[in-house]
Amino acid sequence: MHEQEKLNRLDAAIQANKGQKGAVMVTLQEAQDIFGYVPKDIQIRIAEGLGVTLSEVYGVATFYAQFALQPRGEHVIGVCLGTACYVKGSKNILDKLIEELGVPAGSTTPDAKFTLKDTRCLGACGLAPVMMIDDDVYGRLTPADIPGILAKYR
Amino acid sequence: MNLYRSTVLVCGGTGCTSSGSHNILERFETLIQENGLENEVMVVRTGCFGLCEAGPVVLVYPEGSFYSHVKVEDVDEIVSEHLIKGRIVTRLLQKGSIDESGAVKALDDVDFYQKQRRLALRNCGVIDPENIDEYIAFDGYKALYKVLNEMTREEVIDTIKKSGLRGRGGAGFPTGMKWQFAYNYDNDKKYVCCNADEGDPGAFMDRSVLEGDPHVVLEAMAIAAYAIGSDEGYIYVRAEYPIAVKRLQIAIEQARAYGLLGEGIFGTNFNFNVHIRLGAGAFVCGEETALMASIEGLRGEPRPRPPFPAEKGLFQKPTILNNVETYANVPQIILNGWEWFSSIGTERSKGTKVFALGGKINNTGLVEVPMGTTLREIIYDIGGGCPNGKKFKAVQTGGPSGGCLPANLLDTPVDYDNLIAAGSMMGSGGMIVMDEDNCMVDIARFFLDFTVDESCGKCTPCRIGMRRMLEILNRICEGKGKDGDIEKLETLAQNIKNTALCGLGQTAPNPVLSTLRFFRDEYEAHIYEKRCPAGVCHKLLSYTIDPAKCKGCTACARVCPAGAISGSVKEPHVIDKEKCLKCGACIEKCKFGAISKK
Repeated sequence: MHEQEKLNRLDAAIQANKGQKGAVMVTLQEAQDIFGYVPKDIQIRIAEGLGVTLSEVYGVATFYAQFALQPRGEHVIGVCLGTACYVKGSKNILDKLIEELGVPAGSTTPDAKFTLKDTRCLGACGLAPVMMIDDDVYGRLTPADIPGILAKYR
Repeated sequence: MNLYRSTVLVCGGTGCTSSGSHNILERFETLIQENGLENEVMVVRTGCFGLCEAGPVVLVYPEGSFYSHVKVEDVDEIVSEHLIKGRIVTRLLQKGSIDESGAVKALDDVDFYQKQRRLALRNCGVIDPENIDEYIAFDGYKALYKVLNEMTREEVIDTIKKSGLRGRGGAGFPTGMKWQFAYNYDNDKKYVCCNADEGDPGAFMDRSVLEGDPHVVLEAMAIAAYAIGSDEGYIYVRAEYPIAVKRLQIAIEQARAYGLLGEGIFGTNFNFNVHIRLGAGAFVCGEETALMASIEGLRGEPRPRPPFPAEKGLFQKPTILNNVETYANVPQIILNGWEWFSSIGTERSKGTKVFALGGKINNTGLVEVPMGTTLREIIYDIGGGCPNGKKFKAVQTGGPSGGCLPANLLDTPVDYDNLIAAGSMMGSGGMIVMDEDNCMVDIARFFLDFTVDESCGKCTPCRIGMRRMLEILNRICEGKGKDGDIEKLETLAQNIKNTALCGLGQTAPNPVLSTLRFFRDEYEAHIYEKRCPAGVCHKLLSYTIDPAKCKGCTACARVCPAGAISGSVKEPHVIDKEKCLKCGACIEKCKFGAISKK
């Protein structure tokens, strides 16, 4: 999608939500869907479009884990650190990914290929420990599985 | 209506979908078409069966054959043998589902299900959640019809009160009382909300109800709306639950099309509409005032109560908020009567509770048992105990607000009051089992890490106090614990419990307090002996090579980043403990199991 087309979609969302109850959050969620993240200029556009202050938009965008202020990598890796996964060793899975990718959790590799995140419970506790790469779920993992799985996305 | 000779139920819950059940469903559909069985065999994608450990699972009726760990390749055999020739594929049956005489047991008689009683989950794994007709066929929307045509608003509230139903989301507040309060406040506008922001790590029962039986939530919300005098509802659901969101949307559309939501429901003058709002990843939004702020599109910060939501809730209007599992019980209470419901459970905790069994347990999954079932029955009789012959150490209930209970409390009958007396709480029903390889100090640290991260920052005890506690725990796990740390943790914990603004902060110290109460010796070992008895805390471990097992292959010495391992080829190697970084790289490389950490 072209940049202008994205902006048009955002403007349409702003118009549709303007004056509605709870408009800021819903509009931010739509913006995140359109752009993949919500940088400052998008937040300004939303604030001006909805007629609210930038601080309100920024306050909501930084409060919720779902909103990214930085662009994400081509593939997003989420390692579940829910309790069931944690007691089954998901910390070791995360450590192995940090070692393989060379970046700490919560950041993106310099080549913009991967974003590594630790996530809340994914609700697939039967498969613990679990990670997700984009929409694919990998379960019953051991650290030794990691290089092979990453190779599929490199 | 077509009558089928066989029905194939394929689990479409999150666990089974993650392990590829959608491919299994497709394969069934393809093969059934290829073999011309479309009019004889019906394939249904259902919600969660509960036994996630065995996933992907497939159930074939009328025989009730429970196939587990099914792969796409297995589908051909099930179709050709079972569906065409009528021979059950015994090699794929869940273990324990064939009795001594060789006959296949009914699903309810399999160990995992025998002690369960499914009320909230009664339709999960039974009906197609995307088809309103199947819900209706199982008495769906009958309770709504009954309240609108045969009961006064007061009678509905009275029934829920007398049933003894308490909130399934955490605190266990009596549901009927909540409705009564909202009923008492006169206003031109009232709201009915559903808390589906299941943030408790390791708990996924609300997700399973939404995915497996979404209409039950809509029906119960409509009943609540009639009772308190509301015409509008909101469901606040985690954005991380895409399948649940989609099925809710479908359910709302279907209910609207049938006139079960909207204007003049069942020909009465009762109107009710429901909106979905997506949560955006903030644990604190499970707290009622924070959740309402979030629906209003604001930062999800809690506010002091009173005023309670029953007086001033969403958009400053009287509001009730119940959790998904609580709603899932409501239609059955209306249909079967409060006497029926209150006959199940213990004196002060009525009905059943769904638990998400996870961690170091053989049968991971969702179980629903009558209140008063003991922890031992849940963990051993249903859950099958700890895998690999490991020794049970503790069970964690109540998530980040709860506590860890040791083996000598396993005979505690589970209900709201017993769990609190034992130093934990019901919470939303997460039940994580830990074995001898789990360090209880590390677990307490894990939960604090979670609550520090999720603290909204509004009140000082939670924002700063929890961080101080986490720092102390981090220090203890790194071998830098000091005399007096335990006492300092206890003082901080008490102060935070007494002064934090909302439920998140008030309960956040519980994991520390309960582990200190039952596993104090582990804290002391970390602080005074610089030792982690479970072998988890890296900085406290000491790596040694067993000379009897070491073949001198040099693999460990080559991988060691610190050059701490020395020895000649074909001679036993030695680790220099001064140089060792305790990274564990050597253990991974050793093919002979010669390196151990203690």
